[in-house]
Formats: sequence, C-alpha cells, structure tokens
Amino acid sequence: MPERSPEQRRSSFDEVAFGYSADEALAEANRCLQCPNPTCQQGCPVNIDIREFIGAIIEGDLTRGVSVLKERNALPAVCGRVCPQEEQCEASCVLAKKGEPVAIGRLERFLGDTDLACELDHRCVPEVAAPSGMRCAVVGSGPAGLACAGELAKLGHGVTIFESLHAPGGVLTYGIPEFRLPKAIVAAEIEMLSSVGVEIVTDTVVGQLTTVPELLGEEGFDAVFVGSGAGLPVFMGIPGENFNGVFSANEFLTRVNLMRAYEFPSKADTPVARGRKVAVIGGGNVAMDAARTALRLGAEEVFLVYRRTQDEMPARKEEVHHAKEEGVEFKMLCSPAEIVGRDGFVTGIVANRMELSEPDESGRRAPVCVLGADFSIECDTVIIAVGTRPNPLLKAAAPGIELSRRGYVLTDEEGATNLPGVFSGGDIVTGSATVILAMGAGKTSARAMDRWLRERATS
Amino acid sequence: MFRIVHKRQLSEAVFEMGVEAPKIAAKARAGQFLMVRTDENGERIPLTFSDWSAEQGWIRFIFMRVGKTTHALSHLEVGDMLADVVGPLGVPTHTEGAGRVAIVGGGVGVAVAYPVARAMCEAGGEVTVIVGARNSELLILEKELRALPLRELVICTDDGSAGRKGLVTAPLKELCSSGELDAAFAVGPAIMMKFAAATTREFDVPTTVSLNPIMVDGTGMCGACRVTVGGETKFGCVEGPDFDGHAVDFEELMSRQRIYSDIEREADAEYSRGCQCHL
Repeated sequence: MPERSPEQRRSSFDEVAFGYSADEALAEANRCLQCPNPTCQQGCPVNIDIREFIGAIIEGDLTRGVSVLKERNALPAVCGRVCPQEEQCEASCVLAKKGEPVAIGRLERFLGDTDLACELDHRCVPEVAAPSGMRCAVVGSGPAGLACAGELAKLGHGVTIFESLHAPGGVLTYGIPEFRLPKAIVAAEIEMLSSVGVEIVTDTVVGQLTTVPELLGEEGFDAVFVGSGAGLPVFMGIPGENFNGVFSANEFLTRVNLMRAYEFPSKADTPVARGRKVAVIGGGNVAMDAARTALRLGAEEVFLVYRRTQDEMPARKEEVHHAKEEGVEFKMLCSPAEIVGRDGFVTGIVANRMELSEPDESGRRAPVCVLGADFSIECDTVIIAVGTRPNPLLKAAAPGIELSRRGYVLTDEEGATNLPGVFSGGDIVTGSATVILAMGAGKTSARAMDRWLRERATS
Repeated sequence: MFRIVHKRQLSEAVFEMGVEAPKIAAKARAGQFLMVRTDENGERIPLTFSDWSAEQGWIRFIFMRVGKTTHALSHLEVGDMLADVVGPLGVPTHTEGAGRVAIVGGGVGVAVAYPVARAMCEAGGEVTVIVGARNSELLILEKELRALPLRELVICTDDGSAGRKGLVTAPLKELCSSGELDAAFAVGPAIMMKFAAATTREFDVPTTVSLNPIMVDGTGMCGACRVTVGGETKFGCVEGPDFDGHAVDFEELMSRQRIYSDIEREADAEYSRGCQCHL
C-alpha cells in the first residue's frame, strides 16, 4: 500500500498510509485463493467471513463486501487500520506459508472507506431487529462499548452510551494518533451507530454523576455493559518521575489527539510540551505512537527505551518499521533506574544495561540487569508508556462488582459479572489489549445480554 | 451544552458563574470539582464548586482570570453556553464527626472553603473560618460566610485593609495553641497550604488540604495531576483533591503547577491582543 515518505511524515499529522485505489484493491483481492476451508477466518477474533468479502471485491460487488464485513464488525474502517492483522487473519492465510499473505487488513480498510465515502443514508446499515422495548446502558464509548452498543441495537434494544470525556471513541479518540487513525474516520463510524438508534451521552462520569445501580434503578435500564477501559497510567516508581517534563503516554497523547495540542495556540487552547530531546519508555503500540507524535511536534531526537530487544516488543511490526523510518532511535536492553533533573525540570535518564536470561518454563526470556553497566541519556522530556491499571472509580460505579486481585472485573466467558444484568468486557476485564479483542468482547457480551434480557422477559 | 444562568464579578479578576446542570447539582458535595470547556477548541480546566441547588438544578463555580481560557470564560454572559461541564469529580471532603475545626481559605480557595464550612456546620461541627486575601478588594464570599452558624470568622489581609493585618497562619497558630482544635482544613495557593500545614504540624492537629494540580481529563486517565503524598504517587483527580496536608510534597506540587506557565502566558498575551475591545 502506498505511503507518505518518512520525510513528509515527520512534520505532519496526516495519515501515513494511503488506502488502496479500486484497481489496487482488485489486484490484491485476486491474489486470494478463495480456499474451500478458509483458515484466515479462524485467525480473526470476531470471525469475519473474510473469503466472502474478498470474493465480493473480486466480483466488483463492493456493497455486498461491506455488508459481509459489517455482519461481524461494526467498525471496519477502524479495524482495517489498527488491527494487528499480521498476527491474526494474515498470519493464518495459506499464502503466508509461502510468501506474502493476502493484505486482508488493507482490503478491509478499502471496503470500510468505500462505505464511509457514501452519504450517510447510502451507507450499509445493518439490519435491525424489531424493537424489543428494552433499554441497555453502555458505560464507555471505546471499542468495547461501541461494538456492544452496535450489536445490542441490531438485536432491537434501545441503547444509550455514557462517555466521561466530551467526545466519544475512547482510546480511538484520545489514544491513537491522527496519522494512524484519522479522527474523521472514528467520527464517521460513530455517526453510523447513531443512525441505528444508539444514543451517546458525553460528559458523564459513571461512578460520580450516576452509578450502575442507579442506571438499573431510577434511570430504568434493563441491563448494563461496563466497558470503561483500563484507566490509570502506570508509572515505574523510580526516583525523579515527577520532574516537570515527565508525562504518561496517556497525558501526552490525550493532549495531542483529543485536545489537538499540535494546533496550539492558533486553533486549540491546550498546550503540550514540545521536547527537543525526548525519551519514550516502553515497547508497545502506545510507546510507538508517543515517539512518532513527539517527532511530529518538532523533536530533534526521539529515543525509544525498552528493556528487552526489538524481537520482544509488543508493538506491531509495521509501526516499529514506521517509527524507525521516521528517525526514532531505538535503545534496547536498557532499563531506566532514575530520572534526573535540575530546577524541577528533567535533564536525563540514568539507565541500567540489561541482558536477556535463558528462557524460563513459559519460554519468556526475562531481562536481567548487567551490573556496573549504567549509562545516561540526555533529554528534556520523558514519556512513560509502560501500561495501565484499573481506575478506582470502578468501585464507586458498580458497588459489589467482583474484581480480581489486580482490580480488573471478573466475568464469565460471555462477559457476565456477579451482578445480575451487569456485563463487562474490554481492557477493564483483560487489562491492556487490542482494539479488536475489546470489540470482540463487547459483541460477545451484547449477545449474552440479549439472551439474559429475553429470558428474564419470558420468565 | 450548558446554559449560563448566573454571573457575578467578585473582584477585579475573580468571577462567579452558574450554569443549568440539574444532574450535577443533584450529586454535588462539598470539596468536589468540575472540568469545564468553554468551546470546541477550548482547554479542559478544573474549577471548584462554590454552590449548587439540587432543587433549582444549578451549580456555581468561581474562577480567577489567569490564562486564555479563564479570560475567555470571563467574557461570557448569562444566556451564553458552555460546551462542556463535567462533574461532580473527586472525592467529597470528609465532614462527618467534624468536631472543632478550623477552615482556612486563601484567595480563590475561599470558593472551596465556603461549601466545606457549610457542610461541616451541617454535620454538627464547631467551625472557625479563617480567610486571607491580599487586600479587602480581593476578599470573596464574605457575606455568604457570615450567614453560616460559624463559631468565628477571621479575616486577614496582607495590607490590613480588612480584618487583621497579616497571614492566615497567625490566627491558625493561636487556635492550635489554645488546644481547642480537633482538625484543620486548608485550601488556597499551594504556598499558603504549605505554611498552614506546617503550622498545624507543630501541634499535631490533623490537617486536610484541597490540592489544585494541573489536570487534563479529570477522571484518572492521564496522570497529569499526580502528587507525592507520604512518598507515594497519588492522582489528585480520583484519589483527591483532599490529602493529608502533613504528608504532601508541596515543593513538588508548586513546581509541577508551573509546567505550562511560560507557554500559557504567551497564549494569553496573544489572545488579549486579539480582543482589546474587552480590556
């Protein structure tokens, strides 16, 4: 798929990858063997009928292609961009064994974009069942909540999503940068959900303004899905972490993505630190997003500091590749021990050199400190992207909900919690994961909620 | 959208504003705060509740004109709309079993001290309020405070233009040394809270401070509001804003409050140049 050159990208928040043209999509679709037993579908967490939608592209019936996709996935233009396809559908493609798999993700994006290019009333709208007369509340408008809401609406239920921020989308809006997932795409996909009757109420913090028992009580909802996301950023607990210039990736990305701080001060009022030398700590997609964002804000040097090697990095290969191309310098096997500063502001990181131990029983090689191998990195900004933990507001939102020792919601396989009529899914159940896994959990929960509602109605 | 239903200028740079927000009004408790965004391009800023009416469905907050956002906010009038008002946020101030308590408010912090004092009175506390300001012009909510069943209201000004001349720590120290204090609550500029806490520490009087760190989302997500309390990192928005004043690292708080001061001054200067009609 054609992309902007790294030089162009470094100073622009425009999307990196151009989509396929119709000809390119057809050529790629024609590479598909249309296997009688399509293994790609098994690799998809939401079980999209991949052979069928690619078949529709081959036949030139894009409308059918879109509707096949949307049977299983409410947000194809989003998933076509941010799913780790190389580990999912594309890894299971028969062609992957011999060479390049079919670019399933890019074809998904092509169909998603084709649909979004239409006027709203010409887009593929999923079939909606007859109204059930029942109402469901969804807490959080991120991937889990949106997928759950879309599915519940399709099943005929009234759905209201409650979002704490002023804009819906959750991590799709505040977390993933414009250059990887344009906000217009997120907005258009959400508009689609509104067109099937999903109501979105912003500025509402469940746990403060209202609670799950109140939603089920005086507010008259019949069931609730909690998809509030993982929440609080984790810090490392090393000295100097609260120096000015040290940010969580969540703060940095929220300022830039949700509040559009890259347009400060002319078009947006929220500032962001524009570091000259920026160190990003972590090795996941969030770390990669933060590093590439820092470059675009004008940093001269951006270091990615990770305690294992590039092979162990959880980030998508494509994003690692993009980051390197754009000039992010990787400092591997390097674990920060202290953040140093002067007059309250950060001036650098002192780190330990690490090496990987022999694989343990699980096959994982733990990083161990090489004694006497400290080194320092000079920087004026540090962005910490080492994960998240559950938000303590959860306990106020759903008193009595059963939580794991680490504070995540405990559910059965279909998302049912210990509270009757209360379901949950996404990062608040699994800890940080991917957009598509959260969407899968939202959908699974929606079906279980539907069953629960109908059983209760007949009993 | 939230309609502005009340506006009052309390001093040269301090304003009180009220908006229609029945759901928030029904849930508001003393010591909590709001996140407000004026318009589509606006910043999310934390502001403190000064008053609310669950019956009439409005809430009020007080702000000082310091940067671009508060500048823009001060130009809005009754009938105008705010894009977003989120709340109530934060853990309400603990008021049960208040006992003999001193509530210290400095500057705009009086906006928090007033509802906290009211709640403590309602909870049966024996409440002394000490408020401080640079001069009599900058004193806010005096009438409202006088209407409360306080044990005493002590006013301090730097220049002696109202009440006692001097800092709030002097009457606080007198109260502490009289041995008639079970607890203290302080809210205002970080430096004032630091010295209030230092005063009560000598007498072992448990002291709660209401902190005002920089925030972005106000729901725990971003970690901008982190403060060190007793050596641990706490999130001001979801674990506060109230913390043990004797355990807070005030130097760090004050340093972190200055992160954006330079760029914000520039933005405000640019904004002010663009709207000289209002100045």
